[in-house]
Amino acid sequence: MRIILHIWRQRSAGEKGRMVRYEVPNVSEHMSFLEMLDVLNEDLTMRGEEPVAFDHDCREGICGMCGAMVNGIAHGPLPGTTLCQLHMRHFKDGDELYLEPWRARAFPVVKDLVVDRSAFDRIIAAGGFIAVATGSAPDGNAIPVPKDDAEKSMDAAACIGCGACVAMCPNASASLFMGAKMAHLGLLPQGQPERERRAVAMVAQANRELFGSCTNIGECEAVCPKDIKLEVIARMNRDFLRAKWAGEEGVAGD
Amino acid sequence: MSAIAINPIYRAVRFYEAPIGKKAVMAITGVMLVGYVIGHLLGNLQIYASDPEQINRYAAFLHNPANAIPLWAIRGVLLAAVILHITASVQLWLQNRAARPVGYVKKDDVPASYAARTMIWSGPIVGAFIVFHVLHLTVGAVLPLEDINQNPHTPNVYENVILGFQNPWISGFYILAMILLCLHLYHGMWSMFQSVGISHPRYTPKLKKGAAILAILIAIGNCSIPIAVMAGLLHL
Amino acid sequence: MELDSKSPDGPIETRWERQRFNLKLVNPANKRKYTIIVVGTGLAGGSAAASLGELGYNVSCFCFQDSPRRAHSIAAQGGINAAKNYHNDGDSVYRLFYDTVKGGDFRARESNVYRLAEISLNIIDQCVAQGVPFAREYSGYLDNRSFGGAQVSRTFYARGQTGQQLLLGAYQALERQIGAGQVAMHPRTEMLDLIVVDGRARGIVTRHLLTGAIESHIADAVVLATGGYANVYYLSTNAQGCNATAIWRAHKRGALFANPCFTQIHPTCIPVSGEYQSKLTLMSESLRNDGRVWVPLKKGDKRLAAQIPENERDYFLERKYPSFGNLVPRDVASRNAKQVCDEGRGVGESGLAVYLDFRDPIQRLGKSVIKERYGNLFDMYERITGEDPYQMPMRIFPASHYTMGGLWVDYNLMSTIPGMYVVGEANFSDHGANRLGASALMQGLGDGYFVLPNTIGDYLASTKFEKVDTSHAAVRDAESQVAAITARLLGAKGTRSVDACYRELGKVMWEYCGMARNAAGLKQALVKIPELRERYWHDVKVLGSGEELNQALERAGRVADFFELAELICLDALNRNESCGGHFREEYQTPEGEAARDDEHYSYAAAWEFRGAGNAPVLHKEPLTFEYVHPSQRSYK
Repeated sequence: MRIILHIWRQRSAGEKGRMVRYEVPNVSEHMSFLEMLDVLNEDLTMRGEEPVAFDHDCREGICGMCGAMVNGIAHGPLPGTTLCQLHMRHFKDGDELYLEPWRARAFPVVKDLVVDRSAFDRIIAAGGFIAVATGSAPDGNAIPVPKDDAEKSMDAAACIGCGACVAMCPNASASLFMGAKMAHLGLLPQGQPERERRAVAMVAQANRELFGSCTNIGECEAVCPKDIKLEVIARMNRDFLRAKWAGEEGVAGD
Repeated sequence: MSAIAINPIYRAVRFYEAPIGKKAVMAITGVMLVGYVIGHLLGNLQIYASDPEQINRYAAFLHNPANAIPLWAIRGVLLAAVILHITASVQLWLQNRAARPVGYVKKDDVPASYAARTMIWSGPIVGAFIVFHVLHLTVGAVLPLEDINQNPHTPNVYENVILGFQNPWISGFYILAMILLCLHLYHGMWSMFQSVGISHPRYTPKLKKGAAILAILIAIGNCSIPIAVMAGLLHL
Repeated sequence: MELDSKSPDGPIETRWERQRFNLKLVNPANKRKYTIIVVGTGLAGGSAAASLGELGYNVSCFCFQDSPRRAHSIAAQGGINAAKNYHNDGDSVYRLFYDTVKGGDFRARESNVYRLAEISLNIIDQCVAQGVPFAREYSGYLDNRSFGGAQVSRTFYARGQTGQQLLLGAYQALERQIGAGQVAMHPRTEMLDLIVVDGRARGIVTRHLLTGAIESHIADAVVLATGGYANVYYLSTNAQGCNATAIWRAHKRGALFANPCFTQIHPTCIPVSGEYQSKLTLMSESLRNDGRVWVPLKKGDKRLAAQIPENERDYFLERKYPSFGNLVPRDVASRNAKQVCDEGRGVGESGLAVYLDFRDPIQRLGKSVIKERYGNLFDMYERITGEDPYQMPMRIFPASHYTMGGLWVDYNLMSTIPGMYVVGEANFSDHGANRLGASALMQGLGDGYFVLPNTIGDYLASTKFEKVDTSHAAVRDAESQVAAITARLLGAKGTRSVDACYRELGKVMWEYCGMARNAAGLKQALVKIPELRERYWHDVKVLGSGEELNQALERAGRVADFFELAELICLDALNRNESCGGHFREEYQTPEGEAARDDEHYSYAAAWEFRGAGNAPVLHKEPLTFEYVHPSQRSYK
């Protein structure tokens, strides 16, 4: 089939970008979306035009590196799927697709479809961890974890940090990302001692990164490739409010 | 070093500074305003009483000079709630807009949460309506208001309402505002739980349904009055 | 060159303990005076950088991805082994040690393997404390499963995302150290050369992938945790970015490369669907617990699976290995699949696939049970292929997956360049000629959390460091070599894309040095690869400049190194005149067609020394002795 692409091209962070139209003839339905872009890039290279830059790595939907808006939906129209796992059989001959990078003040565009998501790392560095030094752990079975809690924690821990939630949110909020980490750690007994400090520290960092805030719309949940639920945001709000009530400032205590 | 701050004012400021703090303030003020909307509706429904004087007696009770202090206290609290609710929402809106300085060429909205996305429009329109509504039926700046025996403490609510709603422009605006209020309340009433951290896969869907039912009931109750007037079911 | 493994002798149970006591320590107050570079942020690199940061060293950490959390360890599905014996089913440190040595077909160093089995216990404890949401039983205690044909349940897992969860644990520990200022993180930065001063590793040269800036970073020790080289086959289950550049360029600076021909081919991957294919997706091995592998009896039978009657199907694994059946180890399953396809009995459009059929288990257990066990895998298969595995059998084919070979290291994980350590898949040390399922995660975390932080101090404490800065001649020389490679790639201005050339290399490697190898084929490959490489350097077309984000340029550099490494792999495969583990030489098989080892002549690790471009590499042998697990023939009949 033939696919028409309108792709955001921007040489570098400082330069202006624009949408450019490309045609990819002979797209096989078995190709993944990124393989279709590979074919386009190979073709562009042969024609002497610079290929489209896009982030990708594992191509099996787990590393969280790929992602773009496809016709205004993060990771494209198929729910619960990253861009690399979206296959062309979900499109039809002659489809016109608009590809744009994630847009948020906290995710500046680097080039074409590549954005800088290091704000996510800084949020984790602020408090998204359990501070256990190597070697100081008790036996793995010393603290039982109720199976349901472990399962729910795993649901939240499935977050791949791709940034689709931010990209889709009308407010460019990182709440789903943060809520997922807080739920992952906060549902386990090991995560309790730092629970309140973690909430305050991560939220404060997100504000410094200039993400927006949650207005409970739910577009993040709808595009999350790992089906993280809005519930984790309520949990984050609860942790945060309780911590603030107790006067927690989220400053590193050590 | 303990990271706990002790000064309560400092703590309140730090609390409000955070977007989640603002959302909590909106949730709490939202609860107060929803309570008022329900109380106001129940009071207004007395217009359907077989005795037209029923609602006037209710108005006279509220306007009795002996009740002035609690009345103004409640008005003061409501006004403060409205101001906080609006201030927080405007601040969040500005922040959220700044979080995406460059928009998308093409953007789809995945879940059909029309109510959620239109909060920022339904809010101001309802707000403007409230101003109009107060000017209309409390201050009398839109149409002259009738009092019983020219006593300002005993307004003739029954007559004022019917005269007002016989004007199709006023009724139209009223109904439009009530539909927007319905949307605003639907999203607001379930999302206030989310904002203060109450969410559960089993109860949240029920909560959403409950919020929808309540919002629709409030809209039906409120809209019924101008409709009844226009249809001639309520008349002088 | 004498290869000193530095592994202690005496009773194996106390070797690691005695070694730790004998190693010198760095005074806590002095640790911050030492700078350590860690390249790579997978399980090994991430855990090493975090642990070294916790100890108080000054750590600089590098990864080519946009975040340390994206390293390919994240894609590991199955689980992580540990000899906890929580199930009271006869497991022990000794049994895990025994299984790993035997599974590696007696080509690993006993001391290292025993240590790995020993610290497997600490790894689980550490990960649980970090908040890794391992699967639990209703009691709240850790659940285990048996994996990859092991006879005990020693595999800990977090759904099908164990690698992801373990990596997030290490990543979070690393981010904590970054937040605390102990680790300086350099994402989107690729190591392109090793700086060696007076015979010691003293830093690396990097290219910043967004600006193209070539920079030198000086340190007192360098740790490479850059993963394996399965992408030398072009198609593999590895991520697109996985590459051998760091280890290869370190090899060219003097580090010996050991057992490069030990590569692992995973039997259950989704087959290739077309020329555009960019990667192969692995389906968990657990599918073989219930699924039955078969091909049509007749050659070129193009009927749909459902139309082939029972008596015209060949369940070849069950037929040849009645006791293990579909659960034979990875290398055996892969080789047999290749064999039936070579006979012309492969299925699918390409004829390069075999069926993995769930018809019988669905009939026996019901669809709901199968769905509960494999639902997410079936969904993944359907998402990729568009076919419903509940209705028609899956098609699978082996794919390059993991590399046991890597840079040679001693017991302390130091390479032959003093001051350069190699951890995780990048080294050669623990898996011999074949890695068991759920052991890669164990090794990566073991090296990073528990081995390296204990051993690196010995080198730092016993070495006097001369001051080196970026104006040093060795630094300048490394920088100019890096710049020369970039210039050459951009200057070729040829007619073919990087991938077009890369695909050719992959095809040669897969055909002549894949699941089965023979001397004639390897000799052919050794002629073809240099030709392709020559052509690549002249005919590659890379657009853009070196001073910006240029993904084609990044890939071109990595592919250039694969062209060189590929030759060494074939050379090693040709040298090893025996079959063992993942290295199957068709000339060396038992009458039943099984791998025939030659312990008399090849019980050694083959460590290759680079002697300059155009010169033949020199082979050094580290003899392997087996005091505890005595070599025997693997049999799965």
